[in-house]
Amino acid sequence: MNSFDIIGPVMVGPSSSHTAGAVKIGNISRKLLGTSVQKADIFFHGSFLATGKGHGTDRALIAGLLGFPVDDSRIPDSFRYADESGMEYSLSGIDLGDVHPNSVKLLLFGADGHKIEIIAASVGGGAIRVTEIDGLPANFSGDYPTLVVNNLDQPGHVTEITSMLSHKSINIATMQLYRSSKGGNAVIILECDQEVPDNAIKWLAHLEGILKVTYLGLEDRSK
Amino acid sequence: MYQSFQEIIEIEKNTGKPFWEIVRDNDCREMEISEEEAFLRMQKMYEAMQNADTAYDPNLSSTSGLVGGDGEKVAVARRNEALLCGPFLGLVMEKAIKMGESNACMKRIVAAPTAGSCGVLPAVFLSLEQGKGYSREQMVKALYVSAGIGGIIAQRASVSGAAGGCQAEIGAASAMAAGGVAFLLGGDGEIISHAAALAMKNLLGLACDPVAGLVEVPCVKRNVIGAVNALTSADLANAGIRSKIPPDEVFDAMRSVGRILPEDLKETGKGGLAATPTGIAFRDNLKSF
Repeated sequence: MNSFDIIGPVMVGPSSSHTAGAVKIGNISRKLLGTSVQKADIFFHGSFLATGKGHGTDRALIAGLLGFPVDDSRIPDSFRYADESGMEYSLSGIDLGDVHPNSVKLLLFGADGHKIEIIAASVGGGAIRVTEIDGLPANFSGDYPTLVVNNLDQPGHVTEITSMLSHKSINIATMQLYRSSKGGNAVIILECDQEVPDNAIKWLAHLEGILKVTYLGLEDRSK
Repeated sequence: MYQSFQEIIEIEKNTGKPFWEIVRDNDCREMEISEEEAFLRMQKMYEAMQNADTAYDPNLSSTSGLVGGDGEKVAVARRNEALLCGPFLGLVMEKAIKMGESNACMKRIVAAPTAGSCGVLPAVFLSLEQGKGYSREQMVKALYVSAGIGGIIAQRASVSGAAGGCQAEIGAASAMAAGGVAFLLGGDGEIISHAAALAMKNLLGLACDPVAGLVEVPCVKRNVIGAVNALTSADLANAGIRSKIPPDEVFDAMRSVGRILPEDLKETGKGGLAATPTGIAFRDNLKSF
C-alpha cells in the first residue's frame, strides 16, 4: 500500500465500486474479447441492479467497453458515444444466485466472430474480480497479464503452456485449473508477471485439444 | 505505509525528518520512485482536486434527482455575507458541498479516501491556500500528512463504509484533513496525531445509511461536517489540547466500533435515514434497468 491508495484514484463519481469498478470491468471484458465490441448484452445482479441506475453503473460499463479510463469525463455520455461508434447494447437485470452483490454478466460480440461470456464482480475501492468466463469458473483481478486457455481435459496441456512461458522467460504469478467434468471442457488461467507475445498466443491456439485462448494484456491491443 | 502514529513520531524524533517526509520516503521505497517523482505525483492529486472544484456546475443534478445546486446556495449566501460562520468557514462549507455534488453528478473527482468523502480534503486545503496564503508546496506536504494518516486508519481500522460505517469515510477524511491542517499550523507529529484523534472521536460510530443506497443523501452534506470538524480539531490540538485516549488507541476503538455496528448501518441502505418513510419512498421511485 502507498499514499495513492489513500489519496486517489482520480475518477468519475459517484462510487468507486459502482462506477469506477464498473468501468474497469468494461475495460477488462473488452480486452478479453480481444477486438472492439460490436454488441453487448449486459445483465446486472444484486446491488448493481438495485442501485446501478443511480450510480451510473450502466453508463460506466458501456464506457469501459468503449475503452474509456475511470477518470474519463465522457463516462456520463457513454451511451451517445456507443451509438456514434455503432456499438449495440442491451441492459437488463438477472439473478445470478449466490455471487458477490456487485456482479454483472456480459455477453460480448466482436469483429471476426469473436464472442465471450463473462461474469465479473466489483469487490470494493474500484478493484474487481473476473469470476466466470464462457461458463467455467475464474478468479483473477485483471491487474496482471492473464492467459485463459480453454482446453479438453486431457494430459499435457499444462506442460505445453508452462514450457512455452518458460521459453519466453515469462514468470507465472498464479495458476488455476477448472473443468466442467472429467475428460470434458477445462480451463487453465495463468496470471503472469510479463506480457505474453502475440505469436506465443497464436501458437497455443493451434495446438491439438486447445479450444480457445483468451489473453488479457495490460496494454490494449483491441484498439 | 505505517501502522501507527507512534512509529512515525519515533522516526521523527530519531531523524529530525518531518511527518510528511517520512510518509513520502515510504512511498519512494514501495513504489521505487524518486523523491521528486513522489512529490510530483501528490501535486497532481492536489491539482486534480483543484480542477474538480473549479469544474463545479450548479445546473447539474444527480441521476436520481436528489442532489444538485446546493453548493451554489452556500456560495450566494457567502457572497452576501449572510453566513454566521464567516467568510472563511463559509468557503470551506461551499467547497465541501460542491465537491460532494460533483461526485454525485458523475464529474471527475479524487477519492480521498473514498468517493463519498471526496469533498473533505479539498474543501479544507483549497480554502486554506486561497484564504490564508499558504504556498502550493505546503499544501502538497499537508496532503502527504493526510495520506500517512489515512494509511494508519486503513490498517488499524478501515476506510470503507461497507466495512466500518461512515466513520470510515467522512470520519477518516476528517481525521486525515485535521492532521494536515495541524501540520500547516506548524504542528509536529505529536500535534498532528492528536488533531487526527480529536477529529475521529467526534465522528466515532457514524452510521452509513445512504437513502436508496446512493452516494447522495446524507453523504454530500456530511462532507461539510467532516471539513469543519477537521479545522476545529486542528485548532484544539494546536492550542495544546490532547486526546486523553492516545491517538493509536482511538483508531483501534474506531475498528471495534466498526465491527459492532450492525450491517443495516454499513452501506446496505437498510437502516437509519434510508429506512425512514421518505427514504423508502425515494428508493421505490428510482428507476431500474
